[in-house]
Amino acid sequence: MTSVLTLEDVHVRYGGSHVLQGVSFEVPDTGVTALLGRNGVGKTTTLKAVLGLAPRTGTIRVRDREVQGERTHRIVAGGVGYVPEDREVFGGLTVDENLRLVDQASGVDAPIVGELFPDLVARRHQRAGTLSGGQQQMVSLARVLLRDNDLLLVDEPTKGLAPKLVTEVADVLARVATTTPILLVEQNLPLVRRIADTVVVLDAGTVVHRGDAAALVEDPELTTELLGVSMRAKGAA
Amino acid sequence: MSDLLLILVTGLGLGALYFLAASGLSLIYGLMGVLNFAHGSFMTAGAYAAWVTMDAMPSSTAVGLRLLVAVLVALVVGTLVGVVVEVVLIRPLYRHHIQQVLVTVGLSLASVAAVQGVFGSDPYPVAKPSFMRGTVDVLGARLPVDRFVYLAVALLLLGGLLALLRYTRLGLVIRAGVENRTMVEALGIDVQRTFTIVFGLGGAVAALAGVLFSQYAGTVSPLQGGSLLIYAFIVVVIGGMGSLTGTAVAAFAVGLVQQLANYYAASGIGDLSVVLLLALVLLLRPSSLQGAHA
Amino acid sequence: MTADVATPTRPDAVEPEPGPRRRPPWLRHLPPVVLLLVLAWLPYVPVELPGLLPGRVNGPGSMQLLATCLVFAGFALSYDVIFGRTGLLSFGHALFVASGSYLLTISVSSWSMPLPLALLVALGGTTLLAVVVGGIALRVGGIAFAMVTLAFAQAASIIVLRDPGGVTGGEEGKALARDAVPSILVGVSNAPYRYWLALGFVVVAFLLVQALVASRAGHAMAAVRENEGRAAVLGFTTYRVKLLAIVVGAFLGGLGGVVHALVLGGSSPHLTSAEFTLALLVMVVLGGAGSRWGALVGGFLYHYADARLVEASGSGVFDVLPDVLADVLGEPLFILGTFFVVVVYFAPTGLTGLGGRLVRKAVRP
Ligand SMILES: Nc1ncnc2c1ncn2[C@@H]1O[C@H](COP(=O)(O)OP(=O)(O)OP(=O)(O)O)[C@@H](O)[C@H]1O
Ligand SMILES: [Mg+2]
Repeated sequence: MTSVLTLEDVHVRYGGSHVLQGVSFEVPDTGVTALLGRNGVGKTTTLKAVLGLAPRTGTIRVRDREVQGERTHRIVAGGVGYVPEDREVFGGLTVDENLRLVDQASGVDAPIVGELFPDLVARRHQRAGTLSGGQQQMVSLARVLLRDNDLLLVDEPTKGLAPKLVTEVADVLARVATTTPILLVEQNLPLVRRIADTVVVLDAGTVVHRGDAAALVEDPELTTELLGVSMRAKGAA
Repeated sequence: MSDLLLILVTGLGLGALYFLAASGLSLIYGLMGVLNFAHGSFMTAGAYAAWVTMDAMPSSTAVGLRLLVAVLVALVVGTLVGVVVEVVLIRPLYRHHIQQVLVTVGLSLASVAAVQGVFGSDPYPVAKPSFMRGTVDVLGARLPVDRFVYLAVALLLLGGLLALLRYTRLGLVIRAGVENRTMVEALGIDVQRTFTIVFGLGGAVAALAGVLFSQYAGTVSPLQGGSLLIYAFIVVVIGGMGSLTGTAVAAFAVGLVQQLANYYAASGIGDLSVVLLLALVLLLRPSSLQGAHA
Repeated sequence: MTADVATPTRPDAVEPEPGPRRRPPWLRHLPPVVLLLVLAWLPYVPVELPGLLPGRVNGPGSMQLLATCLVFAGFALSYDVIFGRTGLLSFGHALFVASGSYLLTISVSSWSMPLPLALLVALGGTTLLAVVVGGIALRVGGIAFAMVTLAFAQAASIIVLRDPGGVTGGEEGKALARDAVPSILVGVSNAPYRYWLALGFVVVAFLLVQALVASRAGHAMAAVRENEGRAAVLGFTTYRVKLLAIVVGAFLGGLGGVVHALVLGGSSPHLTSAEFTLALLVMVVLGGAGSRWGALVGGFLYHYADARLVEASGSGVFDVLPDVLADVLGEPLFILGTFFVVVVYFAPTGLTGLGGRLVRKAVRP
C-alpha cells in the first residue's frame, strides 16, 4: 500500500522545549488514520509541522513531494487541507465570504456545500462569528472540501460539540474519507473506532504505537497505558 | 456664523489631509501589525517626486496639468518605495514587530538626512494651480477652494478603499488577514504577496498625501513628512488602530478640533489641543483602543 | 518536559551555571573601576590624538566633546531602563530629558531661583510629568504605546518652540544665567570640571540602574519584558511595574537633562525634537539593549560619531566623491540611520553583544 504522507525523524522545538523528538510514521492513501496521545503530547504540533506552521526539521513527504522547505500556502495549495483545532473561522466575515476565500467563484453555492451542509447555505449572509460551535465546525470543514485535496489534516473536529453534532461530523468525515485520506486527531475513542482504520500514538515526543484502530480501542489495558484513559472512564459517548 | 463655516471647512480640509496620511498607516498596521515609521518618508518621497516633476515640465504648461502629471509620478514612486521597503526591509523580519519598527525608524532618519543632503534643508515653494488658490463665497464666508479639493480626494479615497475591502478578492483576503493571518496562509493563500501589495498601496496613498500636503503648505521640505506622520499616529490611535472608518472619523475630528482651538483659544493652541484630545480619548475609552496586535 | 515552563523552579533545583566560571567579586569590579579612574584622569593628559579628538585630550574642545558624550551615555542608560529592561517601546523619552534641562534653565534664568532649588524643581517636575504622561500612555500597549508617547513628546516640542511668555527661548534655546551657576562650571577654561560633572552623572546613573536591576522591582521589570501575561500571573501588577520603569527612567533622564544644561550652558530645542527621541532608541539598540555597558557605549559612540561626522563632512573628506553622494554622506544621520538598520539585521544584540561574541570566540575557539 502506498502512503500519502510520510514523516521521517521530524523534530519541533519551541524555544527551550523539544516537543517532537524524532517522529516518524506514514499515512496510507485511503481511509482515516487517527493520531492519538495524551493532552499536550504534540498532536497539533505534528499537524502544524506538516503544514510548516511549526518550526521543524526532518523529512516530510506528501505523495512524492518533499515539503519541509516549503511555505505553508504552497503546501496547502498543493493538496493538503487543514481543519484546525479551534475551527478558526473568520468571525467578521460571512459564511459565504469564509468559503469564497478558498473558492472565489462559487463560495457557498458550490454543490458539495449544499450536499453536505445545507444549513450553511441558508446562513450564507450570517457572520461566522455569530454561528454556534457546530456550525462553525461545518464552515471550517466546508472550507477545505472546496478544493481537491490529496490529504486532509483534521484536528479534534468534535471538541465541545453536542452528541448529535458529533455524529453528524463523524458522518461527514466518513463520507469524505471514501475519496480523500484523512489524518485525524481525535479524543473521542468510540468515534475513532467507528471511522478510523489505523492509529498512530504519540508519547514523550515520539511514536509509541502503530496499528489497527479497533484493536487498540478494544484493548482497555493498552488504551490506559498509551492514552491514560479507558473507554469506560471516558464514558461511551 | 461665517467664521464658524470657515473654520468647519478648513478643519475638514485639514482632517482630509490627516486621513490621507493616516489611512495607509492604518491599513498596514491592521493587516501586518507593522508600525511603519518610514511612512513619513513615503510622504516626503511623494512630495519631492511631484515637485521635481513639476519643475522639470516646461513652465508654459498649465500648472493644473503639471500637478496632475506630478501626482501620477508621485503615485508610481510611492508604490515602488513601498514595495521595495516591504520586500527588502520588512519581510526578512516577519513577525519580529519591534525589529520591524526599529528598521523603519532607521530608514526614516536616514531618508530625511538623505533628502537634506540632496535638496538642502530649506523649503522650496511649490506651484499651486490657480483654481486651487481661489475662494468661493458661501453664506458670506470666503472659503478656500483647495480645502474642498482635499476633502473630495479624501472622501474618494475612503470610498475607494471601503469598496476595495468589501467587493474585491484582495479586500476579502485583507479582511481575513486582519483577523487571522496564519489561517489565511493555511487556506492556501499567499499572505506575503498581499503584504507587499498593501505596502505598495500604502506607499501610493502616502505619496498622494505628501503631494497634497505640500500644496496645502505651499512648500516642500525634508521634515514635512515627519511632522505630518505624528498627526497620522494620533489619528490612527484615536481611530482604534487599524479600522479604516475609525481612522476617517478620527482624522476629521482632529482637524476640526485643531482649527477650532486655533481660532477660539489662541493661534498655536490647535496643535496642543490635538495631543490633549488624544490624552482624553485614552483616559475615557481605553478598552476599545487596545491594539489587536500586542 | 514542557510543563516546567509554567512552574517556577525550586531554588534547590537550580544547578550552578556551567560556562564562564564565577570570578571573585573584586575581580569583577576591577575593570569598571580602572575605567573610571582612567576617565577621571583624562583632564591631566596633554596628549594629542589627531583625527580622534580636536586638539589635546585635556584641551577645552576635547573635554567639552567627551563631557557631552558622557551625558549622552547617561541618557541612553536612562532610556534603557524603559526599553531594554522593561521592554516598553517608548518614543517619548526625550520629553523627560528636555523637561529636566528646560526646567532647570527656566528656574534659574527666568525665575531667578538659586541652583539647588532649581535642581529640585527640575527633578520633581520631571518625575511628576513622568507619572502623568506614563500613567496615560500605559492605557494602551505595544505599538500604540509607542505612537502615543511620540505624540506627547511632540507636544513638548510645540510648547518649547512657541516660547510661551518668552521662557523657553523658542528656536534659539535658552541660556543658563551665568551668575547663578557656580563659577567653576562656567567658561572655556573650566571644561574639565564640566567633564567631571558629566562623569559623576554617569557613575550615579550606572550605580542606580545596577541597584534597580538587582532589586525586586528590577526582577519584576525583567519578568514584564520576557512575558507580560506570565508576569501578571506571578502576581505583579504589570501596570505599576511599567509605570515605575518609566518614572525611574524619566528621573535619570531628567537628571541627565540637568547635567546637559550645566555642561552646555543652557537648553536647546533639539532635545525636544522627534529626531532626538528616536536617536535615544538608536543609541540603546546600537550599543545593546538591556545591558548597562551596551547603553553606555551606544550613547557615547552615537554622540561621538554624530559630532565627528559633522567635522568630517566639513573637512571635505567626501569631496572626492560625486556631488550628490558627498552631500548625502555629509549628513551624519544618514550614516547613523543606515548603520542602525544594518545593526538591527546583523547584530541584534548590539555592538557590545557582537564584541562579546567575538571576544569569546577568540578566547575559546
Ligand atoms: N507556540 C508554542 N510555543 C511554545 N510551546 C508550544 C507552542 N505550541 C505548543 N507548545 C507546546 O507543545 C506541546 C504540544 O502541544 P500540542 O498543542 O501539539 O499538544 P496536543 O497534543 O495537540 O494537545 P491537546 O490534546 O491538548 O490538543 C505542549 O506542551 C505545548 O505547551
Ligand atoms: Mg491539540
